[in-house]
Amino acid sequence: MSIESVVVTGIGVVTPLGNSFGALSQALQAGASGIRELPELVQVGGLRSRLAATVEPIDARQIPRKFRRSMSSMSMYAYLASLQALEMAGYPDERLGSGELGVMIGSTLGSTATSEAFFHDYFKDYSLERMKSGLFFQLMGHSCAANVAQSLGITGRVMAPSAACATSCQAIGYACEQIATGKQQAMLCGGADELHPLTVATFDVLNAASIHYNDQPRSVPGPFDRQRDGVICGEGSGIMLLESRTSARRRGAAILAELIGFATNSDSSSIANPDVDAMARCMQLALADAGLTAGDIDYINAHATGTIQGDIAEAEAIRQVFADRVPVSSLKGHLGHTMAASGAIELAGTIGMLQQQQVIATRNLRQVDEPCAGISHVQDSRQHKLTTILKNNFAMGGINCTLILRSDVRD
Amino acid sequence: MTEQDVIELIDSSLAEEFELNREEMTPEANIYEDLGLDSLDTVDMVIVLEAAFKFKIREEEAVRGIRTLGDIHRFVLEKMAESS
Repeated sequence: MSIESVVVTGIGVVTPLGNSFGALSQALQAGASGIRELPELVQVGGLRSRLAATVEPIDARQIPRKFRRSMSSMSMYAYLASLQALEMAGYPDERLGSGELGVMIGSTLGSTATSEAFFHDYFKDYSLERMKSGLFFQLMGHSCAANVAQSLGITGRVMAPSAACATSCQAIGYACEQIATGKQQAMLCGGADELHPLTVATFDVLNAASIHYNDQPRSVPGPFDRQRDGVICGEGSGIMLLESRTSARRRGAAILAELIGFATNSDSSSIANPDVDAMARCMQLALADAGLTAGDIDYINAHATGTIQGDIAEAEAIRQVFADRVPVSSLKGHLGHTMAASGAIELAGTIGMLQQQQVIATRNLRQVDEPCAGISHVQDSRQHKLTTILKNNFAMGGINCTLILRSDVRD
Repeated sequence: MTEQDVIELIDSSLAEEFELNREEMTPEANIYEDLGLDSLDTVDMVIVLEAAFKFKIREEEAVRGIRTLGDIHRFVLEKMAESS
């Protein structure tokens, strides 16, 4: 892939643990939890899970009305995170409309909250006479990407990959390829999602949501833990500004990390259940893409969400490829599962680890579940020499995705 | 409703929907150049007025000729007079 070296020069996040890269990194290092009781979930009949990882409040009014009217919450999160990424990178305003910068930001769906509000009104009399002009722009599948491009005046390629929980991991990988192949010099990339009871219900119906710890929000989720009982759904946005090394160097931008490997593959054995071999193959493909072997990886940031099946499959896949030689942890215990944003938010967390030369433990991993054993679980955060990091995200629909990044080792 | 009540309801409804500064909402204000509305906003303006006054105006030719806030006042007042 590395026709042109691709580097990270900016990071922006809106998360359950803070709305800046610095706040997120500090919270992760402190072992904080972003899980909260969500009273609205109690009102939903049949829903057993009552916890969620909602973002810290944002001030929507800081977004000009002209842009905000076509945004649901997820687009606002993506916009605010994009602003942070551009600011951190010192990306010049005059280049936003140069055509050199593109956008690759996805979400799981268009806005479910907007959809609900529309149909709630529509079903009163099946009339479209009250339908506002901004509705479609919040419902469309590329709402986040289009809103970011429109509001920032970006004129390069705009794409919106959608792969549920692997969305932003894929978006970053695909954006990397856009730059590596010279199609764009820079990309704002990542993902965003907004929490809706339907998100939680999706996992609850499949018996994959945590339901036994509703009165102990800080105790769940517990990736790889013997007592884990499922996902805690969340929301947010993670956005990276990727640039060609040439572009970053020309601007004198600080390089946060280099993206050196990406792979994504399809597990066609099941639309819902994970397959160990397909996961392992994805990691091996990413290693091959980076020109590395398993021994070159210093840390693995797992997808591990806290589900019974998913955590076991990922642990087995990691064991196949890396045995117990590489430290592994998941950030879902801190952040919950921020869905389409999870790949980018967690990648931001791992870049924080690179900067601090510290591996952060899996929160709520008290006792490793036997089927998840045989890999090197990080149960206590510690200083650790880190150069090269592998990041997994796996999604319903049989989508696997792996990124590899390393600290900037070139001149 | 008095004429002043109608104008107040128009202005308050539009100010809320489009986050307008009431001090700038003079009858002479051009809704595009002075108040910053655009073609999408005019779609929503019709919906807001229909909801406020419980009438249907979407198909009215006169809506397309509206340029100033005063035009809106006059249009709605005439519409109200027609229906009374």
